[in-house]
Amino acid sequence: MTIDRGRVRWQCRRALLELDLVFARFLDRHFDRLSDDQLADLDDLLRCDDYDIWGMVNGSKPCEEQRWKEMIALLREP
Amino acid sequence: MNVAKRTFDAVIVGAGGAGLRAALQLSEAGLKTAVLTKVFPTRSHTVAAQGGVAASLGNSTEDNWHWHMYDTVKGSDWLGDQDAIEFMCKKANEVVVELEHYGMPFDRTDNGKIYQRPFGGHSMNYGQAPVMRSCAAADRTGHAMLHALYQRNVRANTQFFVEWMALDLIRDADGDVLGVTALEMETGEISIFHAKATIFATGGSGRIYYSSTNAFINTGDGVGMAARAGIPLEDMEFWQFHPTGVAGAGVLITEGVRGEGGILRNASGERFMERYAPNLKDLASRDVVSRAMTTEINEGRGCGPDKDHVLLDITHLSPENIMKRLPGIREISIQFAGVDPIKAPIPVVPTCHYQMGGIPTNYKGQVVVPKDGNPNAPVSGFYAAGECACASVHGANRLGTNSLLDLLVFGKSAGETVVEDFQSGQLKLKPLPSDAADVSLARIARLEGQTNGESVHEVGLEMRRTMQKHAGVFRFDNLLKEGVQKIAEVAERAKHTEIKDKSKVWNTARVEALELDNLIEVARATMVSAEARKESRGAHVRDDAPDTAENPNGRDDANWLKHTLWYSEGNRLDYKPVNLKPLSDDVEPIALAKRTY
Ligand SMILES: Cc1cc2nc3c(=O)[nH]c(=O)nc-3n(C[C@H](O)[C@H](O)[C@H](O)COP(=O)(O)OP(=O)(O)OC[C@H]3O[C@@H](n4cnc5c(N)ncnc54)[C@H](O)[C@@H]3O)c2cc1C
Repeated sequence: MTIDRGRVRWQCRRALLELDLVFARFLDRHFDRLSDDQLADLDDLLRCDDYDIWGMVNGSKPCEEQRWKEMIALLREP
Repeated sequence: MNVAKRTFDAVIVGAGGAGLRAALQLSEAGLKTAVLTKVFPTRSHTVAAQGGVAASLGNSTEDNWHWHMYDTVKGSDWLGDQDAIEFMCKKANEVVVELEHYGMPFDRTDNGKIYQRPFGGHSMNYGQAPVMRSCAAADRTGHAMLHALYQRNVRANTQFFVEWMALDLIRDADGDVLGVTALEMETGEISIFHAKATIFATGGSGRIYYSSTNAFINTGDGVGMAARAGIPLEDMEFWQFHPTGVAGAGVLITEGVRGEGGILRNASGERFMERYAPNLKDLASRDVVSRAMTTEINEGRGCGPDKDHVLLDITHLSPENIMKRLPGIREISIQFAGVDPIKAPIPVVPTCHYQMGGIPTNYKGQVVVPKDGNPNAPVSGFYAAGECACASVHGANRLGTNSLLDLLVFGKSAGETVVEDFQSGQLKLKPLPSDAADVSLARIARLEGQTNGESVHEVGLEMRRTMQKHAGVFRFDNLLKEGVQKIAEVAERAKHTEIKDKSKVWNTARVEALELDNLIEVARATMVSAEARKESRGAHVRDDAPDTAENPNGRDDANWLKHTLWYSEGNRLDYKPVNLKPLSDDVEPIALAKRTY
C-alpha cells in the first residue's frame, strides 16, 4: 500500500503549537527526502497522542518504539 | 461542475470542545448529525488548554454563581451581556458534573470531590479574596475534556467527517442558513452539506498575529465564512494578549514561572515591573504586565539586536528547583529560544492568545443580527458556540478558565436549541438555491487559474506583521489609521495568491490558501473595529484614551458602552447595545464601576 505524502504532510498539523513549530522545521528540512519506509514510520508516529510526541521530542519521555526513533531524532534536531 | 450533496438534520463544523458538546446533544436526541473537522477530533486545539474550567462548585472554598457572575462581568469591563453571563455561571456546575459522569478524570480532594484551584480574576464575595474555582485534570484539562466528549459521541453514533474543510456558508434569498459547502481533502472534491440546522464551532483565529500562542489550525474559518456570507462580526477589536510567549515562536510560558520567582528585565537588566506595579510587580494581571512590556519595547529599552523583546529571568533560581518545578518550561525554552533558562534568561513578548469577539449569538446559541429594528434577530437555521462565537460572555476581556466553560455551556445550549426547534417542527429543510456551491467553486477555480500571483506564505506574513505592529497590545491612533489602509492592501493581495501545486488530492497548499481568505476577514474586522473605538476598555487599550477622573482607565461609557458589529461588505461598522440586564428578574444587575484589582 502506498502512503500519500500529502496526507502525511497534513497530519503533521497538530493540536499543540510546540509540535506545529517542530514539524514545520522538519517539513522544510527533511520531509521531501524521506524514503517510503521512513514515511511509513512517520505515519505510524503521527497516530500518537500530541503530548506523547512532544514528550519524546523534548526528551522528557523515552521513545520506546524502535521504528519511531529515527523520526524523533530528526524532529529533535535544533 | 457536478457537486455531490449530502443531507442531514444538522451539520456541525468543528470537533473541538464546543462542537463535540453540541454534537452530543443532537445525537443523543436522535438527530442525524454530521460533524466536519479539518483534523481528527482529539487533535483540535482545545487539547492545549491546561489551566482548567471554572465552576462555582464550592468544593475547595465557599463559592456561588453570583460571585462568579460578578467576576465575569467585571472581567469583561462591563461589555459582556449580563443575561448570557448569568446563564453561563448558573449552568457551570451542571456541565462540569456532566463531564465527570462522562468519565473526565478531574483532580480530587481528599474526600473524593472535584479539586479546585485558584485562578486570576476569580474571587469570593464580590472581589474580596481569591477563590478556588478552577476544576482541572492535572495540566491536561482540555485534553481530558476532549477525549471524554469524543468517546461519548462515538457511543451516541455521531457521524464524523474527518479531514473535511468547510468552505462557505449557504444562505438562501431569505437569508436563512441551509448548510455549508466543504472540501474533502482526500479527494479534493467539493460537496454540499444540506441541513435544517448548521452549528459553527470552528474555534479561534489567533493566527492573524505574528506572535500567537495558538496552533496553526486556528485560522478563523467559521468567522471568515460568516463574514463572507453577510453576517456581521461582533467586538473583534478585543484580543487577549498573554504577557509571556517565547519571542519569535509564541509558545506560552505559563504564569507559574513568575509565580516561582521569575523576573522580567529590560535591556539594562532593570526589573521594570517595579515601576509599573510596585506591589504585585511581575505578578500583576495579564493586561498590566503586557502593557508594561510593550512600553519598555516601544521606548527603546527592549533586548536583542532589534530591541524587540524583554527577558524572563529565572537564573537566580536553583537548577534543582527549575528541573523539579518547571521542567516543561525548560524544554520549551531550549527548543524555541535556544537558551537553557538555568544559564540565561528567556526572551519573551506579549503574545496573542484569545479572541473575545466573533459571530454574534444569544445565550441560546442562535446567531443573531440586526433586522427590522431588532438588534438581535435570530438567523433561521444558524447557531454558533465556542471561541468562534460571541455570546457575549467575555466582553472586552476573558477571565482564565471561562473559555472551556463557555464552550461546554454554549455548545450544549446551541444543541438544546436545535433539538427544540427541530422537535417543534420549526426547522425545515428548505430547498437549496441553484447557486449554492458557486462561491466555493469560484474560489477554487480562481486558485486553479491564477498565474503571476504572490505566495500564500508571503501575503500571510505581511498580514501577521501588520496586525502585530498596528493592532497590538497597546494601540495608537496613527498606527491604527495606517493599519486600516495597510490591511486593505494586504486583503487585495490575498485575492491574487497563487499556488504552484494545482493537484487535487491532499493538496495542503490549497487548504492554506483557502484558510488565508478566512484570516483576512478576521484581520480586517479587527483593525477597522479597533481604529473606530476611541476609548480604552479591557484588552483594547489606546494611548490617546488614558486614565482620567471622568473616564477611569480610559473607559468612556457615555459613548462606547456598546458592541461593535463589522460587516465585510463595504467594510462597514454598526453598533448594538450591551445587555446590562440579567436573565432572571430576581437577579440584580452588576452596576457599572471602575475595574480595579
Ligand atoms: C495555549 C492555550 C491554553 C489555554 N488554556 C485555557 C485554559 O486553561 N482554560 C480555558 O478556559 N481556556 C484556555 N484556552 C482557551 C481555550 O482552549 C479555547 O478557547 C477553546 O479550547 C476553544 O474551543 P473550541 O471548541 O471553540 O475550538 P477548537 O478546540 O479550536 O476546535 C475547533 C474545531 O473546528 C474545526 N474546524 C475549524 N475550521 C474548520 C473548517 N473550515 N472545516 C471543518 N472544521 C473546521 C477544527 O478541526 C476543530 O475540530 C487556552 C488556549 C490556548 C491557546
